[in-house]
Amino acid sequence: MSLLEARVRVRRSPQSLEVDLDADPGDVIAVIGPNGAGKSTLLRALAGLEPMHQGTVRYDGRAWDGPGAARPLTPQERGIGMVFQQHLLFPHLTALGNVAFGPRSRGARRRESEERARRWLTRLGVEDLADRRPRELSGGQAQRVAIARALATDPALLLLDEPLAALDVGVAMALRLELARHLADFGGIGVLVTHDALDTLTVANRVVVLDQGRVAQVGTPDEVAQRPQTEHVARLMGLNVLRGQGSGTAVALDSGGTLVTTTPFEGRVNACFSPAAVTLTLAEPTGSARNRWPGTVTSVVPHGAAVRVHLAGPAPLIADVTPGAAAELGLAPGRSVWAAVKATEVGVYGIAAPPAQAPLRSRYV
Amino acid sequence: MSRNRLGRPPAYLLLPAGLAVALLLVPLASLVARAPFGSLLERLAAPEVLDALWLSLWTATAAMLASLVLGLPLAWLLARVEFPGRSLVRTLVTVPLVLPPVVAGVALLTAFGRTGVVGAPLRELGVTIPFTSTAVVIAHTFVALPFFVISVEGALRATSQDYDEVAAVLGARRGAIFRRVTVPLAAPGIAAGLVLGWARSLGEFGATITFAGNYPGVTQTMPLAVYTLLQEDLEAAVALSLVMLLVSVVVLALLRERWFGQAAR
Repeated sequence: MSLLEARVRVRRSPQSLEVDLDADPGDVIAVIGPNGAGKSTLLRALAGLEPMHQGTVRYDGRAWDGPGAARPLTPQERGIGMVFQQHLLFPHLTALGNVAFGPRSRGARRRESEERARRWLTRLGVEDLADRRPRELSGGQAQRVAIARALATDPALLLLDEPLAALDVGVAMALRLELARHLADFGGIGVLVTHDALDTLTVANRVVVLDQGRVAQVGTPDEVAQRPQTEHVARLMGLNVLRGQGSGTAVALDSGGTLVTTTPFEGRVNACFSPAAVTLTLAEPTGSARNRWPGTVTSVVPHGAAVRVHLAGPAPLIADVTPGAAAELGLAPGRSVWAAVKATEVGVYGIAAPPAQAPLRSRYV
Repeated sequence: MSRNRLGRPPAYLLLPAGLAVALLLVPLASLVARAPFGSLLERLAAPEVLDALWLSLWTATAAMLASLVLGLPLAWLLARVEFPGRSLVRTLVTVPLVLPPVVAGVALLTAFGRTGVVGAPLRELGVTIPFTSTAVVIAHTFVALPFFVISVEGALRATSQDYDEVAAVLGARRGAIFRRVTVPLAAPGIAAGLVLGWARSLGEFGATITFAGNYPGVTQTMPLAVYTLLQEDLEAAVALSLVMLLVSVVVLALLRERWFGQAAR
């Protein structure tokens, strides 16, 4: 039996949310998926802020919601910590007052609450900002205070809703590493909604991919990163994933066109390759690459030191090229090009049946 | 100059706009012009004037406190708690806003009068309300409370409910959320509602004279005193009016930041 056993069922439009989630102490679960997949709703249902029409949430053998609970426990009764994308610090309280709010609400004396708050501000490295109001804090500082506020109540469950999404890249990077450390020390269960592949890889030990209110994939961060089952995750991880019907070493792509691999496979298949493995030319290539498709450039954006090019065509894909090559080929939206990928660069794996109805079991997913 | 970038404003709009300003300002200006400045202090120091002034101030303040104690919980319920009949309650609460004040006075008389639903049992206990200072406070509260409730409900709705949820997650009970989060965050709106209600009480005439009468020192508030003085001594009425104009200007200055400050920002 897991510490947290949640069968979350929320009626909402356009599609209801049906997600099963089990977790053990020390688990940090990243929840990823496109906008509208139900990520935030999942967190709100676990917190008791969103009513469930059926389903259960059990924590440590105690029913929070569903059969066994006379009524759904209120958020106050659940003992949770929550961190939001917008820090949502109380604007009329100082940083210290914000962090002390939880302990104080849970019955601690004023002095005790403030001492506790000060300790947490120190752990997050913002003790010298204790007397500032939220509007006098930078985004990163405010989010540190918000994390301290959530942890200061010793929550059973820590729910983080895109906590780093509103921060500058550099600030987010520093805080991400610290967050990973605090979550490791925390020892409870963390659930992290994110849009960021790095969050998933550095902070979480398990990943749940949501799509249209259902679980589309579960696994370790590595598994999900290397074998994404949804287009969204593939894009998130910066991979090309094309679906099709395998027959020997040939794959008839769902998008039209054919793809050749070196690994024979029969049946429904994902073919995946890195954007760096794609070469672009203006004329149809005649080299050794087995896979070549015509395509139209839909967008060209800087991506680190490279340029990331999105193509539409029989094989919609992303390609990373050098800025020099992009200039030489005159890459701009609307430009017609040929894309080529060596068969040896393509990995294939079967398309998993959606595990939506099967509860995740501990870490062995 | 960016305001004329789209061309000159046409005369058929400028003219009525100018007339509107004139209509509002000319009477006020002539009031100030007619004021007997030489004998102003002397007139205002007359006992019946001081009585009216004092009565107006304390009854308006009492009505303001009654609005706060009764109206804030009601505004919170309307803004934050879903219950059956909520929109009906909201509609009923706003009725006195559009009710002619004299009708409000008659209604209060029928309720609190000697044979009224509230008045009859009170009379058994030896308490009579009509034509007392208490009646003035009740009349003021009756007309000011809806102003307060509607304006505070708006302020509460404008304050994000996210903070209430954050406080709940942190373990605060509903009452603690109200005291420690909701009210502090809506404090400027609540203060504005209080000032607005107080000003409304201060100018109340119809309901007061109908329900409480016009007894100097007991129920004769400033507007009633102005009306009474007008029959015999125009200058005294003008002097008293000037005081109330001054109060209105002060109220406006207090609310200015909140209303016009936001619009201009």
